[in-house]
Amino acid sequence: MAESVCRTLRDGGLEGEHAPALTIKDSIASPFGFDVFCHVLTQLSSFILAGKSQSRGLVLVAFCRSPSFYADLLKSKGIDVNSSNKCRVRILDCYTDPLGWKFRLMGVGNLRDLSCEASSTGILCKDVKDTNKLYSSIIELGKGLVAEAKSRFSVAIDSVDQMLRHASMSSVAGLFSNLRSHGQVSNVFWLLHSDLHEVRVTASLEYMSSMVASVEPLQQLTNGQRDDSDKASLTEQNLKKGKFHVRFKRRNGRVRVMLEEFHIEQSGISFKSASSEEVTNQGLLPKVQFSLQLSEKEQIDRSNVVLPFEHQGNGKPIQIYDGRNSLMEGKHETTSVSAGNSETNEGSGGGEIIYYRDSDDEMPDSDEDPDDDLDI
Amino acid sequence: MDQRSSNLLDEALGLDCQTDRWALAGRVVAIEDSVETSGSFILHQLVKRALAPNSSTVVLFIAFAQPFSHYDRILRKLGCNLAAQRVNNRFFFFDKLTLQCPDVDERNSPVSGLVALYGEIQETIYGLPEVSRKNVTIIIDDLSIVEVAANGSSDYVLDFLHYCHTLTSEFDCTLITLNHEDIYSSTEKPAFLLQTEYLADILIKAEPLATGLATDVHGQLTVLNKGFNHGQMNSRNKIRNFHFRVKENMVEYFYPGSRN
Repeated sequence: MAESVCRTLRDGGLEGEHAPALTIKDSIASPFGFDVFCHVLTQLSSFILAGKSQSRGLVLVAFCRSPSFYADLLKSKGIDVNSSNKCRVRILDCYTDPLGWKFRLMGVGNLRDLSCEASSTGILCKDVKDTNKLYSSIIELGKGLVAEAKSRFSVAIDSVDQMLRHASMSSVAGLFSNLRSHGQVSNVFWLLHSDLHEVRVTASLEYMSSMVASVEPLQQLTNGQRDDSDKASLTEQNLKKGKFHVRFKRRNGRVRVMLEEFHIEQSGISFKSASSEEVTNQGLLPKVQFSLQLSEKEQIDRSNVVLPFEHQGNGKPIQIYDGRNSLMEGKHETTSVSAGNSETNEGSGGGEIIYYRDSDDEMPDSDEDPDDDLDI
Repeated sequence: MDQRSSNLLDEALGLDCQTDRWALAGRVVAIEDSVETSGSFILHQLVKRALAPNSSTVVLFIAFAQPFSHYDRILRKLGCNLAAQRVNNRFFFFDKLTLQCPDVDERNSPVSGLVALYGEIQETIYGLPEVSRKNVTIIIDDLSIVEVAANGSSDYVLDFLHYCHTLTSEFDCTLITLNHEDIYSSTEKPAFLLQTEYLADILIKAEPLATGLATDVHGQLTVLNKGFNHGQMNSRNKIRNFHFRVKENMVEYFYPGSRN
């Protein structure tokens, strides 16, 4: 399913539609959004390099890691960013000097040289507060990547949190929707730590994306768990694997939700489909210690039980007492109680029901209310 | 008792390996403590460890909480002479007890406040000889007071931390910060604390015992090593929990129940 996310990004958008956008979100209980981001990034860049995707290049806006980190990451997957002839990835460096502090210190004479490690692969952004400039830099880098005017490129943003720290929600949202509606952008994806923001911020970013991948812990820590060893083992479990929820939104408004499990391994992150049984169990039933479901044998046994209101069809005429025929039928009965009329049923030889009528003048099953003349 | 021998904390931080390289190079360590259990002893231990004679680490200590004489006294008890290390250019002390950032739009004003502090740190690192430039440890004591100095603007402090973080990737510096967990406990979403946790590769929490006070146990440490460091994957996502007892000239670490 992580695969289908990458595939959707690879296939890109249609002419005259917004480019598909992916929000990757996590929280501190399972802080592996960055691993997912790196996974998507490497997958997509290898698609681009192989020429399999709609986009012909990728612009990476680096906020939280240095460009050299990404260069190493891609190189470890066999993608060389620095080789000039096949360079398909450009990095907009918002990490080294996002607010221009280094530049200003250089002006005062405190600093010798601003190490411009980004120069070979991308450009340095010294004022991330200006989203308009950020937008034009991204587009400029992308256009430089793809030679022809018709070709498209992908955009990856590694931290929306930092963008939101420097700029208002509306301007960040404006930047994203501008990117999505730009004719040459094939797809956009970004990473967000959801617990750093208000719900409305997360929600509005999710509205703008056609896919939301959320990284969640397998089991939530509750405040009730005071036992420290318990908490520690649970935390450790959450650090090894977790749930990976993806919500796809189709153009026609259909929403599909899928669940997968991820494992953190030495070499990175790997995805495994969660079995369907687990999914329904997790979704519908609360976690209890006893079994709420029947085994197959129990189900067969249950279906064999004849309920008392069911006609049992054992050959005898079915008699339903209506209160009138009792006298006439009483002659056939072997047992009769002298004090009154009785109705017995000895069909099955077991128990019997004995009914005494108070008097003969009483109309059976009268519609009248017997307590009609009561005067309280 | 041989004080050089590794203890549980060193083990959890990967400092027990006998390598020339400082095991924390390029990593961010966040220490969180609470009122009942102070975490400052971890800073002292790390300073001592970094300034040990067999390592070549240079420590940049940015003090917002205590004056130099305070640290000097404590470290002397631990067997480390800060004044001498200062002369040797192994220990740089930034006395920022009275730092107050001007409350104006810092974009147009001359360099001041945390920008100037960052400039000082960077200048110090550039001034170091090439060899020791690769082994710098920056220690900030503590972030809550930095926030006070920044007039409560946590975004400003986060920007400052980001710039310090750029040093970790540029020079393989270690960044160690101390913060207090419980001062954020009333906030529903403690964004500042969470940000520092996201930034950290190693998170050390000093907490009181859940069962209450004890005479021979002073608290517990939880070390969460989640480092995303391509070189050292082996200690990734390990969590360790142990008790400690702070003594006059050393700290004892032990697993719960392992002492008689």
